[in-house]
Amino acid sequence: MSRLGDIAVKVRSKNAGPFWLTVDIFCGSQSVFAQVCTSITSARIADVFEAEIAVVDRYEMDSLNVLKFSLPRPAVQGTRQDRDMHGASFAALVAELEV
Amino acid sequence: MVKVLIPSGALGLGYDRKALARGISEKPDIIAIDGGSTDSGPHYLGTGTSKYARGSTKAEWRELMEARAEAGVPLIIGTAGTCGADSAVDWLVDITREIVAETGMKVKLAVLKSGQRQDALIDAFGQGKITPLKPAPELSEDVIASCSNIVALAGAEQIQAALETGADIVIAGRTTDTAIISALPLSRGCHAGGAWHGAKIGECGALATTAPNSGTILIEFDAEGFTISPMGAEARATPHTVSAHMLYENSNPDILYEPGGYLDVSAAKYEALDDRRVRVSGSEWVVSDRYTVKLEGARLAGFQTVSLVTVRDPRYVANIRTWCDDIAIKATEKARARVGEGFEIELRLIGLDATLGELDTQAKAGTEVGVLGLVTAPTESLSREVAKVLNPYLLHHPLTEEEEMPTFAFPFSPPEVSRGAVYEFCLNHVLELEDLMEAFTLTIEELGQ
Repeated sequence: MSRLGDIAVKVRSKNAGPFWLTVDIFCGSQSVFAQVCTSITSARIADVFEAEIAVVDRYEMDSLNVLKFSLPRPAVQGTRQDRDMHGASFAALVAELEV
Repeated sequence: MVKVLIPSGALGLGYDRKALARGISEKPDIIAIDGGSTDSGPHYLGTGTSKYARGSTKAEWRELMEARAEAGVPLIIGTAGTCGADSAVDWLVDITREIVAETGMKVKLAVLKSGQRQDALIDAFGQGKITPLKPAPELSEDVIASCSNIVALAGAEQIQAALETGADIVIAGRTTDTAIISALPLSRGCHAGGAWHGAKIGECGALATTAPNSGTILIEFDAEGFTISPMGAEARATPHTVSAHMLYENSNPDILYEPGGYLDVSAAKYEALDDRRVRVSGSEWVVSDRYTVKLEGARLAGFQTVSLVTVRDPRYVANIRTWCDDIAIKATEKARARVGEGFEIELRLIGLDATLGELDTQAKAGTEVGVLGLVTAPTESLSREVAKVLNPYLLHHPLTEEEEMPTFAFPFSPPEVSRGAVYEFCLNHVLELEDLMEAFTLTIEELGQ
């Protein structure tokens, strides 16, 4: 088993507007992309963010070898509960998943 | 064919001057630059102010105004002053007047404002013309009335109205990031899918290339699609950098919603023309039944005072969460008894899980922990008073009653800092328009002799 962050080229997260978070997993090759698509399910992402699976959107982009997830932010951007205005640190939680 | 020159991803971010000069030598039809976004948080829309330094903004805006005069083409900025509220537009108009006075330029200025009147929006809400996007906060007349600023995101049609005045410079309030780029190609009959797709690729300047900091790119729009050419000497656009940009800060990588329709890039083809330019075709624009504009609103969410203490004692570091939980309970009780109700105290552990909170699965302390105390209250004076009740605990609170009173490290005096008013975004909705200009105001001004 390895961690996603060790086999992917890059895992990044950003706001997609104040209400959404989007996570892009750049796999770099077809073989890693295939492995990541099998392993990183919407259910695992929902678990990471303590979200319901129904709100997690998943996009397999084979032309770019990118797996992308979008979901409502854990806290709306800039509210008292929000800890990361730009949402870039959430990527660490995904990069730490075992593949 | 229409050439749009994009100096950088946002005014105030900076760009490579040589790249801008190269772009001007390509004889663009328009220079378009973004002035903001929601990405820096609700403070800017809440207060109607800019996040960039006035001096930085003025220096860059003056260079762009001079480049525009040299090229003899229109210059447009969207989402002026970070948030695009009317007061932020006025701020940039003031800067523009100063530059005109200092340089002796002559400028026809069009100002497109996006600020919304609350009474008009309350009427529209009552008529069912405001509908939620996913996920939307609960909307009511009270929520609309409580906002300090609400803006509507202008689309290509409103920008076209501003350009059709023959203005040299258009300063627009909140617009979609793409509309300032797509407006001219669309009005000159370029391919609609290509116009919106090229605008999305270009909205962050050179971010869609191998050298993001070079800033300036040129996008050529035509009847089938668009071609992106970076202007920085080292910058290259490749099919990968260009297609990957659709992912950036975009929840759906194939679809982009805009006023009046949506862009679908699922059938787009990306072709390298050489080692630095990319040609894109096959993008599709789908017209929607209703013409809607997105609304953004921010309102006061209280007043905040922050305190910071650092803890280095190994026993306290090892028990930091217990220590903080105990402080939060005791300080809350004492503040309720002595200064008032309705506040919140939160202690975040810097060095443990301040960034991710309960979601973090890897939290572990090092040799020290910073404790960030956040007090949020309905009034500024209450937030300060509660922070002052909290401070003795952060300084001296013992883990057990038996031990000698400990003392922790305050980095400054006083240890609490008022953040003043704090704001929150409270709209993720669209407004249906019958008249495309009904939510916007367009004025013309002649500056200079």
